[in-house]
Amino acid sequence: MRSLILALRALRREWRSGELAVLWLSLTIAVAALSGVGFLVDRIGHAVELQASEVLAADLRVESDTPIAADEQAEATRLGLKSAHLTTMLSAIFNGDANQLANVRAVSAGYPLRGQLSVADRPFVSGSITASIPAPGEIWPDSRLAAALGAGIGSELAVGARSLRVTRILISRPDQSSTFVEFASALLINDADLAATKLIQPGSRIRYVLLLAGEAAQLDSFRRWHQGQEARHERVEDVADASPQIGDASKRAARFLALASLVAVLLCAVAIAMSARSYVRRHLDAVALMKTLGATRRLVLAVNLWQLLLLAAVASVLGAAAGWLTQLWLVRVLQGLLRADLPPAGPWPAVVGFIIALAVLAGFALPSLLQLTRVPALRVLRRDAGPPALSFLAAAIPVLLAIAGVVYGALGQLSLSLWFLLGLAAAVVALGVAGAALVRSAAHVRGSAGVAWRYGIANLARRRTESITQIVAFGLGLMLLLALAILRDDLVTDWRASLPLDVPNYFFVNIASDVRADFQHELQSQGAQLTRMLPMIRGRLLTINDRPLSELHFPGVRGRGFAEREQNLTWASELGDDNRIVEGHWWTAADAGKPLVSLAVEYQDSLGLKLGDRLRFDVGGENFDVTVASFRKVKWDSFRPNFFVMFPPGLLDASAGTYMTSAYLQPSSGAMAQLVHRFPGVSIFNVGDLLAQIRAVIDKAVSAVQTVFLFTLLAGLTLLLAAVQASREERLYETAILRVLGASRRMILTSVLAEFALLGAVAGVLAATGASLGGAWLAHALDLKYRFNAGLWIAGVVGAMLVVGVAGWISTRSVVRVAPRSVLY
Amino acid sequence: MTRDIVLEARNLSKQVSSPEGPLTIVRNVSFTVTQGESIALVGPSGAGKSTLLAMLAGLELPSSGDVVLAGQALGALDEDGRARLRAERVGFVFQSFHLLPSLTALENVMLPLELAGREDARAAATDMLGRVGLGARARHYPRQLSGGEQQRVALARASVGHPTVLFADEPTGNLDTATGERIAQLLFELNRGSDTTLLLVTHEAALAARCDRVLSMDAGALLRDVAGAAAHTHA
Repeated sequence: MRSLILALRALRREWRSGELAVLWLSLTIAVAALSGVGFLVDRIGHAVELQASEVLAADLRVESDTPIAADEQAEATRLGLKSAHLTTMLSAIFNGDANQLANVRAVSAGYPLRGQLSVADRPFVSGSITASIPAPGEIWPDSRLAAALGAGIGSELAVGARSLRVTRILISRPDQSSTFVEFASALLINDADLAATKLIQPGSRIRYVLLLAGEAAQLDSFRRWHQGQEARHERVEDVADASPQIGDASKRAARFLALASLVAVLLCAVAIAMSARSYVRRHLDAVALMKTLGATRRLVLAVNLWQLLLLAAVASVLGAAAGWLTQLWLVRVLQGLLRADLPPAGPWPAVVGFIIALAVLAGFALPSLLQLTRVPALRVLRRDAGPPALSFLAAAIPVLLAIAGVVYGALGQLSLSLWFLLGLAAAVVALGVAGAALVRSAAHVRGSAGVAWRYGIANLARRRTESITQIVAFGLGLMLLLALAILRDDLVTDWRASLPLDVPNYFFVNIASDVRADFQHELQSQGAQLTRMLPMIRGRLLTINDRPLSELHFPGVRGRGFAEREQNLTWASELGDDNRIVEGHWWTAADAGKPLVSLAVEYQDSLGLKLGDRLRFDVGGENFDVTVASFRKVKWDSFRPNFFVMFPPGLLDASAGTYMTSAYLQPSSGAMAQLVHRFPGVSIFNVGDLLAQIRAVIDKAVSAVQTVFLFTLLAGLTLLLAAVQASREERLYETAILRVLGASRRMILTSVLAEFALLGAVAGVLAATGASLGGAWLAHALDLKYRFNAGLWIAGVVGAMLVVGVAGWISTRSVVRVAPRSVLY
Repeated sequence: MTRDIVLEARNLSKQVSSPEGPLTIVRNVSFTVTQGESIALVGPSGAGKSTLLAMLAGLELPSSGDVVLAGQALGALDEDGRARLRAERVGFVFQSFHLLPSLTALENVMLPLELAGREDARAAATDMLGRVGLGARARHYPRQLSGGEQQRVALARASVGHPTVLFADEPTGNLDTATGERIAQLLFELNRGSDTTLLLVTHEAALAARCDRVLSMDAGALLRDVAGAAAHTHA
């Protein structure tokens, strides 16, 4: 207790005298950056998820071939989740004699739980948002169905045994599938009418869907509960499963944000370590004196521990408050980009910020602090008596533990974390070695420079350990920042490039072989930009390596679906730049007609396949045996025809199939109506709404990435401040002596500028090298294309010289103003 | 009147290793000091005075021999034990004052009392500052005080706990003659007023001469142990 009181007094006194300002400031900024990132990631992450969830019309979907069991609904209600029911089936819809196969979607009140329905009075026009669903007795056909049936508002459509009146045309719904499994047009009816249609008969293919929405914790509870239930032939889906494009964008954004906040943590950690070192250096005399005056080692330790803990607590509270205010401000600034109903940030980031601050403080500051307690009291008589040197292990272990914990906590993936740590360790070693070599060689060039520069360079060489430490700290900070900057650019460019404004907005399916050329011509005459046209054959997988599917167990959740569903198959000779072979080889002209197959990696993962596996497909009653020749990574967000399963040309050419393509067309109902009229057999899908949805998600992810990067920059500035402050005390003394010897302020400032600019340049060169390597690796980890960046080198070297030089100059300016007398006497 | 022995050096030696082999800094030094005595330790630079002072105060352990301070053999105590003994029985004044720059004059004086857990730290320190003539400067920081004032604060800090022994290492070394004289006067007043034993290391013959005894050292050995006035005539 006495130690706490002493610590409180010491803290108050040191605070008042300004002694603690730098350590306190860097801690506070560290926590502010940490929790600010945390708050923002929390809120924006939420928003991205919410927006992404619109694609599912829910946060979670439970799909089943049998009616959803009552206990599932009960569990969802018990957990406080919002829920709605959706039942879908294919059925012929009649308007008088005209009929069309359509996807009947019976929905209950509340649908959609995420996203919105838009409706209109006529087909193929832009719709307005509605919060309601069709009332009992009503039917909302989509544009295509209404056009095909010649139905309008007021028409009576027969759905099974029930006749329903058209009251709206459905323009868009959030869960328009992006994987193009459903080719039929769609309609919405009220759940209450389903029984009366008598469509639910034994043997009819019906999918029952329970839509759920709520907080992440509730959803997790539901998932856990669901996994605990045995023998349910159901599929639980979230957005990553349902929409690969959005899944990709939000996964990458989440990983980038995690990396960005991790970099902020590491920068702050280095800043804290440097502040703690100078804190300890400044306190050596005080501790020696306290010991002379009778303080025991335990008391010294306790007082200092308390002091640090109190400091951390105060900095955490203020930092968290600052972080919270900053994200509040950022959300305001980003208004328009971010949706208005951004969910509020939870308290967790503040708690996590405090815990991480403590962990970092313990890892980075504790070894120095323990060192402080070992200062001999003799130091009061002999200035050179210091604490025994800290053993490498004692210093390294807490640091390593803290870093490993923080890295794993942020990245959450063991292998990624290990690689990151290895990269980090390699960077520190390389920076240290290169820094030492450069400091040594700097000593040789000083003869040719002017007096100020000579003194500056000499300083660099003389304060060897300090200089190398500073090079490592600046270099590491700069390297992380630069790597992150490259990555941010790559990410944003990649996202934007993946969805240019002229990305195909229409898909055309069921194009018969004989009208293929005409159709293509017609599209071109409408001014459409066409993509490739691929054949489309329906087929079913029968065996894998001669074992029937029913005997097999599949690793991926989607495996059973892939295995049992009828697939769309295609053949092609060209790979296309939206496909990348990750294993095996794409076929050559010589492979035409050979029994080979190329599969998308999603297919590979779900079914647990490897190169050389033999697959048997049933295509139109005929069986084909093929060998897996390659696996492809498909950019689904290219919005061009893409297939999980592709064959070489010449193998399936005989199987009568249709073609599909996609194109960008200026949205105008006239052109579409003409196409529908001339090619009634061709199914047309408008994916414009889906594109708009995905663009909104990506914009959000981009703004999140940009703002989080700001915090990381702030953390970098903290580090700069701490590193420059680290040698301030020593400089104070030296400057006084130099001035006594007749050096002008100008000469001293120039020498400081020289020293820091050189330090910055060395750190900049090393950082740019490391960042190029690190950026390439990170781009690989995030599935991005790495682009060499010359600007990086300019920014790294020139920027570092300027920023570090100016920071050093500013901090030393005040040192030069101090009268030599007050330092020397 | 027989007075108690408060400090005893028994065959103290200190050796350190150097590039040229072991170096003896203090060699077989023995003497005793009684309650209330004032002792000056003199000798040329490198004579081993500061090392001897450090060993006497328990800041450093001898290579051989022992120190008995206030009845306690320092060799039998660990570092914390010696620190506790210093807290109760010892005061210190240094050549370079060693005031904590972040504390005010008053807080510097309060520090040893606070370390000892004394409730009346503030009152006692205020009183002590008044006695050294700095009552009006209590809230000033060391950098706002002159050298002489800083040393008076240090003196107040050393005396506030009523130590049995007050060690002073060149207490006037950093001060001009007049200020040094005032500090010396204060030092001896406190020594006599509270019956504190004073052991000071000094280069100044005049200061040494005011002490009851003068111990002269050279090359680590104790050469002479004479009365203060006698030392003056010898010098």
